[in-house]
Amino acid sequence: MSTAISVEHLSYQYPSVDDKAPVTVFEDLSLAVEEGTFVAVLGTNGCGKSTLAKHFNSILLPSGGKVYVHGMDTSNEELLIKIRRSVGMVFQNPDNQIVANVVEEDVAFGPENLGVAAPEIRRRVDQALKQVGMYEYREHAPHLLSGGQKQRIAIAGIIAMEPKCIILDEPTAMLDPKGRREVMQTVTRLNRDKGITVVLITHHMDEAAMAQRVVVLHKGKVAADGTPGEVFSQVELLHELGLAAPDTVELCYALNGNGFDLPLNRLSAEECAQTLYNAVKV
Amino acid sequence: MLKDITLGQYFPGNSFIHRLDPRAKLIMLVVYIVALFVAVSWISYGVMLAFLILCIAVSQIPLKSILKGMKPLLVILVFTGLLNLFLTDGNTVLVSFWVITITLEGIVRAILMVARILMLVTGTFLLTYTTSPIALTDGLEALMSPLKKLRLPVHELAMMMCIALRFIPTLIEETDKIMSAQKARGADFETGNLLQRVKALVPILIPLFISAFRRADELATAMECRCYHGGDGRTKMKLLRYSLWDFETFAIGAVLLAGIITLAWFGL
Repeated sequence: MSTAISVEHLSYQYPSVDDKAPVTVFEDLSLAVEEGTFVAVLGTNGCGKSTLAKHFNSILLPSGGKVYVHGMDTSNEELLIKIRRSVGMVFQNPDNQIVANVVEEDVAFGPENLGVAAPEIRRRVDQALKQVGMYEYREHAPHLLSGGQKQRIAIAGIIAMEPKCIILDEPTAMLDPKGRREVMQTVTRLNRDKGITVVLITHHMDEAAMAQRVVVLHKGKVAADGTPGEVFSQVELLHELGLAAPDTVELCYALNGNGFDLPLNRLSAEECAQTLYNAVKV
Repeated sequence: MLKDITLGQYFPGNSFIHRLDPRAKLIMLVVYIVALFVAVSWISYGVMLAFLILCIAVSQIPLKSILKGMKPLLVILVFTGLLNLFLTDGNTVLVSFWVITITLEGIVRAILMVARILMLVTGTFLLTYTTSPIALTDGLEALMSPLKKLRLPVHELAMMMCIALRFIPTLIEETDKIMSAQKARGADFETGNLLQRVKALVPILIPLFISAFRRADELATAMECRCYHGGDGRTKMKLLRYSLWDFETFAIGAVLLAGIITLAWFGL
């Protein structure tokens, strides 16, 4: 497996505004994301999650160190379009990333920018809309759709560029539970069926639990890194960082405080129930 | 509800006029307006009116919605009519008292002027009623593209128009929300004199503008992420292509204009 995104000794500071001192976000951060994996990045507000995401497709450039995307240096301006077409990005507010007032025209925006020929754009748009399950809405006006539907349109707009990797920056933060479920199902399906690398930035633990790997950022450093089971079983560490483990783990952890001895890597409700059942039965 | 407003009042349909290329429709509108200003007599006006009625019939747009669109024009129409009625010099005086003189020529002129404005507006309505805003933008961009050579930012203007159309419903919804929020805190938009009411709008406009700027910033980043880099090397999913019908339309337009000019030549 080759590396999709490789961050090497990244340092970054936001330039000083007025007389305020520049804000340092990263001092020496290294991280690698393997191709085809589903990685969740967790952290409290202000830990640098979004700043890191913006380094993945040259929206921000490192102050020091390097970021490579599929082997391409993000600070190389000549590779800009190539980098952005291979790493797509979906943002928090679906309203602010939709350009056109017809769904299919919006999905076509990316390929149109890339100079793709008209029949090929048509094929990609139809395919992308089918993949996110919004094909029947292709002639609708985006502002009449629900938040989850709009976010799926935004995702379709990205996959129509046929990227190898998608970064999602808190894509469900403004959605209701139904919209969140729709978006998460779409994302996991894209990763599983199309082999697209997914980097999901979130602060919903249950969403992070769906990933193959969880990276916890704290004050610009990697505080924990591993499979969801490995990371979430470090409940004390998560609490210290101002985070919480998924409800299932929290439950087992609380029971352990009262004399039980339960494993802390049972993430799904079914697994947790089975563990509890076994513990009580004996 | 505010959310449901349609812009430019586009009526989706599948008539001959709906299916014409937006460029052909724009050109036809220009030809039609020129012909309308060349027309001088009852006969040429009659020809134009017949053409307009034919177009409305073909477009299947209900006459009621066209008339509804005329409402805001009523003041201008009455004003134009009265001005022409009283201020036209003529030999055949019909009524004369105090400073008011009404001549036969004045009546004829007033009727023709009002008819001209009505026909002008109806023709324009027909374009916006039968063409979606996005097709209209595409058409304008294509027609103005020769101006790119004069370094006019044609693509950028079309892009701006497209984004503006996209965000109007979003901003209307937002205004609605801000107004509710301010009302919930005791703001009063309905009472007071004009000055007070205008002042009451400030707490709506400021948050609206701040949020619009924030949206613009986020949209710009999102567009960059989708490889937007201006109009160079950009392709289109829906290519505008003239069909046989469009050429037929041009032929009709040419005949109409030639006919009206000929009529005007003979003073008819």
